Amino acid sequence: METLWFCVIALLWLGYFFLEGFDFGVGMLLPVLGRDEKERRVMINTIGPVWDGNEVWLIVAIGATFAAFPGWYASLISTVYLPVLVFLLALIGRGVAFEYRGKVDSARWRARWDKAIVVCSWLAPLTVGLLITSTVLGLPIDAAGNRVGSPFASLRWDTLLGAAAITGYALVHGAVFTALKTEGDIRVRARALALRIAPFALLPLLVLLLVVQVRSGSVWTWGAAILVALAAFAAMARLALGREGQAFALMGLTIVAAITALFGALYPNVLPSTLDPAFSLTVANAASSPYTLTVITWVAAFGTPAVLVYQGWTYWVFRKRIGTRHIPPVHVPSS
Amino acid sequence: MEVLDLARWQFGITTVYHFLMVPLTIGLSLLVACMQTAWVRTGDRRYYAMTKFWGKLLLINFAMGVVTGIVQEFQFGLTWSAYSRFVGDVFGAPLAMEGLVAFFVESTFLGLWIFGWDRLPKKVHLACVWAFSLATIASAYFILAANSWMQHPVGVELVDGRARLTSIWAVLTNNTVLAAFPHTIFGAFMVAAAFLVAIAAWHLWRKSDEEPVWRSSLKLGTWVGVVAFAGVAVTGDFQGKLMFEQQPMKMAAAEALCHTEQPASFSVFAIGDLTRSDCESVKNVTVPALLSFLAHNDFTSEVKGIDELVPLYQEKYGTNYPVDPQLGELSGKPIDYVPVLPVTYWGFRLMIGFGGISVATGVLALWLTRGGRVPRGRWFPIAALASVATPFLANSAGWIFTEMGRQPFVVVPNPSGVDGVWMFTARAVSSSTVGEVLTSLISLTLVYGVLAVVEGFLIRRYVRAGVAGVLPPAPPPDAEKTDALAFAY
Ligand code: HDD
Ligand code: HEM
Ligand code: HEM
Repeated sequence: METLWFCVIALLWLGYFFLEGFDFGVGMLLPVLGRDEKERRVMINTIGPVWDGNEVWLIVAIGATFAAFPGWYASLISTVYLPVLVFLLALIGRGVAFEYRGKVDSARWRARWDKAIVVCSWLAPLTVGLLITSTVLGLPIDAAGNRVGSPFASLRWDTLLGAAAITGYALVHGAVFTALKTEGDIRVRARALALRIAPFALLPLLVLLLVVQVRSGSVWTWGAAILVALAAFAAMARLALGREGQAFALMGLTIVAAITALFGALYPNVLPSTLDPAFSLTVANAASSPYTLTVITWVAAFGTPAVLVYQGWTYWVFRKRIGTRHIPPVHVPSS
Repeated sequence: MEVLDLARWQFGITTVYHFLMVPLTIGLSLLVACMQTAWVRTGDRRYYAMTKFWGKLLLINFAMGVVTGIVQEFQFGLTWSAYSRFVGDVFGAPLAMEGLVAFFVESTFLGLWIFGWDRLPKKVHLACVWAFSLATIASAYFILAANSWMQHPVGVELVDGRARLTSIWAVLTNNTVLAAFPHTIFGAFMVAAAFLVAIAAWHLWRKSDEEPVWRSSLKLGTWVGVVAFAGVAVTGDFQGKLMFEQQPMKMAAAEALCHTEQPASFSVFAIGDLTRSDCESVKNVTVPALLSFLAHNDFTSEVKGIDELVPLYQEKYGTNYPVDPQLGELSGKPIDYVPVLPVTYWGFRLMIGFGGISVATGVLALWLTRGGRVPRGRWFPIAALASVATPFLANSAGWIFTEMGRQPFVVVPNPSGVDGVWMFTARAVSSSTVGEVLTSLISLTLVYGVLAVVEGFLIRRYVRAGVAGVLPPAPPPDAEKTDALAFAY
């Protein structure tokens, strides 16, 4: 049962990185791909109806961790306190910026919110990447699960590499998504950009996987890690041929394999201690009681399929590509 | 400053802030769903305009509700990690359910509603707003179940120094949440109602366009407000009775009742120093025997005062904190079982008082505008707009009273059963450093402050513009059909 919930949490993170990954990417690329106001609005509207739903994957991942492994939740978040704070501030900034940007018809107003979108869209994957890789690579926690060391103890070369890995993935994923969801000039540029940056942007992810595998990999996680490389390569190959849908699906496979490799290497730990393996939190010692796990299993068994159905339906409703011709004129109260 | 104080300030500030958005979202989303239903059924353009106008204000507010809610989800881990470990087995389950059952529905169907005006059949689109608003209510239920469990732990046992869940059913049907949920929802409707009343009254006074929209909104707001006030009063009375049983000290503190009284009188108003040094607080306006009735439905019963309760608590839960460096300054010190009296006493009264003011304003506004009248004079719009604040204040006061009244416990002991499952607030904090918590306290407060200004600015703009601000001008009859979306960011 603990193992099941370990897998569920991995799945929720996976959903989060797959979905919010492209939201982040679109935000990061806003000034690069969106050359004028109309194009920027096209980009924002590709994720407009869905970004909030995507963010709920994070909320549920955290809520599920709290419910299934309270010790993991408590130690991880309190140890990585400051990066988590930055992450939260970035999510605040992005959410409000999307919603408020178009509500006043002034170039200065929009430029300010655009800046917020870009800065926050970079900071968020960096910090959440750091959070997730620190749980995989371990943190200096003592027997009680409390941090030993300074508030910056989680900033190490390997966790920073993890931050870069998630950010690089989001960048490419966002470019592919933009190519998939837009039409005209911006689509062409997004495709070209994705191809150009992919070799650099996806490199940290591959290196990270290598590091993790060397430290604590097993045969099957090696398989997953290799799959990441193959899927990423195939994605770019299909993109080069203009098959954006397939490229996007392959980017999905990339993150599926990457999260599988990372969580696979982590298991049966949930938060290794870098001080002494005896202090590590594991699926056994950090889990809730079997009764609680049974309760949430029932909820998840009914809830999750429903979520997949109606979120899938949303993507179906908004499946059309968006171009500058779809953007209505601004209509807001004049001052 | 200790981590404990900072963590409490941070939790209090961020949660009260979150709860400024929450009741407006809950109340307004249901009212907007009703407006849209009226439009779909009657085809009356007035209801369409109402849906659009109030819906827009709802969205501006909702965005803030979401982003401040995400912070809440992490806070138990950030500053209350010892608490999280102690209660996680029980507390996490409703939180996870809230996410899976409520937040997914809420966010997904809201997206469909905002962007789906021209993409979905009318009825399906209407169903989306209902799904969204019912999900906000469901989310309130789960989080209040979690909170009520802290006020009155049930369905658990103590195993290895941690609370362990034995019955989720008991947690979800805790009599505390059965009382707190309707009370909070009615409180939320009071907020939405006051919002409608104030803005509609102001537009009527200004003789803005679309008069029928404002008249209908004012009427709706007033009636909802009256019913909701009756609702909070009835459910609040019910909560009060539970509180006498479950948290006698909180009720004594709410009344600043120092000595046991029989029959006990209810203090309406007190002047003087409530800071307990001499427990003889000056109660000057009292209603004899009312408190006895509130407590036990019986005008002659006894109500225990603080003096008598303190020794009972000391006997059960100790006189001193254990000596433990984790407790910082409090280590080994005597435990103060009495909450901060001025806060609890006035929190309780302000909750009721502000609520009363807000309803009274609504009724007055409806009276002054009866039969198509337009009130003159500057005081009318000022009073109407000022009254928007009152139910917000009532809600904040209610929470501050509830949460401060349970100090020094974060999980209050259940007096009738469930041995050992309780926790002092001082025990609950993380081992974070002062620097960390200070950083987050300051940065969150600053960001929230800025955002409050921005939200206020936007709401003001949309309110002033009225219906014209949300309905695009009709296209000229000879215009070509365009591909443009009905709504885009
Ligand atoms: C009585 C109701 C109530 C209470 C006590 C709280 N909330 Fe809340 N919360 C809501 C009622 C609500 C809501 C009505 O469902 C919101 C408000 C606006 C909104 O967007 O949804 C929301 C939003 C919201 C979100 C964002 C959801 C999304 O993305 O759609 C999160 C993560 C939380 N809340 C979490 C919390 C936590 C951890 C709380 C405990 C301290 C808390 N809320 C108190
Ligand atoms: C499920 C919902 C809630 C939970 C689990 C919860 C939990 C907590 C916790 C853990 C603390 C810190 C310990 C303490 O200082 O007492 C706290 C304090 C506080 N909470 Fe709540 N709370 C909830 C809802 C709310 C809401 C909605 C509000 C108001 C808007 C609120 C207002 C406060 C305040 C004002 C404090 C500070 C009290 C103090 O410093 O003494 N709480 N709450
Ligand atoms: C008419 C009279 C009212 C009575 C008798 C009343 C009674 C109560 C009581 C006894 C509590 C504490 C529950 C506890 O700690 O266990 C409470 C809490 C609260 N009240 Fe009221 N109340 C009234 C009006 C209002 C109004 C008008 C509002 C807001 C518009 C409001 C909002 C709240 C909130 C948000 C809480 C905290 C959440 C909860 O415990 O439900 N109340 N009220």
